[in-house]
Amino acid sequence: MLKVLCVCGLGQGTSLILRMNVESVLKDLNVQADVEHTDVSTASGTAADFIVTSNELAQSLPGHAAKIVVVNNYFDLDEIKSSLQGALPS
Amino acid sequence: MLFLEKGLVALDIEPDSAEDAIRAAGKLLVGRQAAGGEYVEAMVAAYREKGPYIVIAPGIALPHAKAESEETKAAVSFARLKRPIVFGHADNDPVDLVFALASSSGSEHIALLKRLTMLLNDPGSAEALRTAKTAEDVEKLARQASI
Repeated sequence: MLKVLCVCGLGQGTSLILRMNVESVLKDLNVQADVEHTDVSTASGTAADFIVTSNELAQSLPGHAAKIVVVNNYFDLDEIKSSLQGALPS
Repeated sequence: MLFLEKGLVALDIEPDSAEDAIRAAGKLLVGRQAAGGEYVEAMVAAYREKGPYIVIAPGIALPHAKAESEETKAAVSFARLKRPIVFGHADNDPVDLVFALASSSGSEHIALLKRLTMLLNDPGSAEALRTAKTAEDVEKLARQASI
């Protein structure tokens, strides 16, 4: 199963919001995935297929093997959907 | 759980900086005994150290910190800024809506974030919050949007 990490600075506020919306978008897209949320330093040592985060924090994860998906507006389900669709294998 | 009730709302305040805006929203939490002064400074420190990623949508910042002490209760306050302030975010600046999150762990914390997400996922909510005339209006909006 795909593993998706939603990442923020502390791993308990904004990453949880992102996780809720990523989960609902993936459900919409009929994609089965294991979605978790965490902070940026834990994320750098965690294996995943995708990391969803802000542009700022994406820059703190250079060289991570996961595909990084940047979301600017965490409350825009359409943006999250098109960013994820662009990253997912078709 | 305290979610955007009128005692947690301040409209059209005029902070001088992003840090002052975070403190102003934090003060609302302190006023309702949802957090202590240390928690507010921890939110400011988190912003200083980890950067403007807390600006999670255009014009919207969500400062928060790790809850170190028992005195933090699950709560969200709201400060609307009269003049938008630059937080340093590449895409979502400037900020005029600040939601301070008093974080607790566990199910209440998750339920609180769920309500906030439901409110702000509605594209009309930000606009309604920008034009709300009174704290009571905000309270009503929050109650309706997140049932």
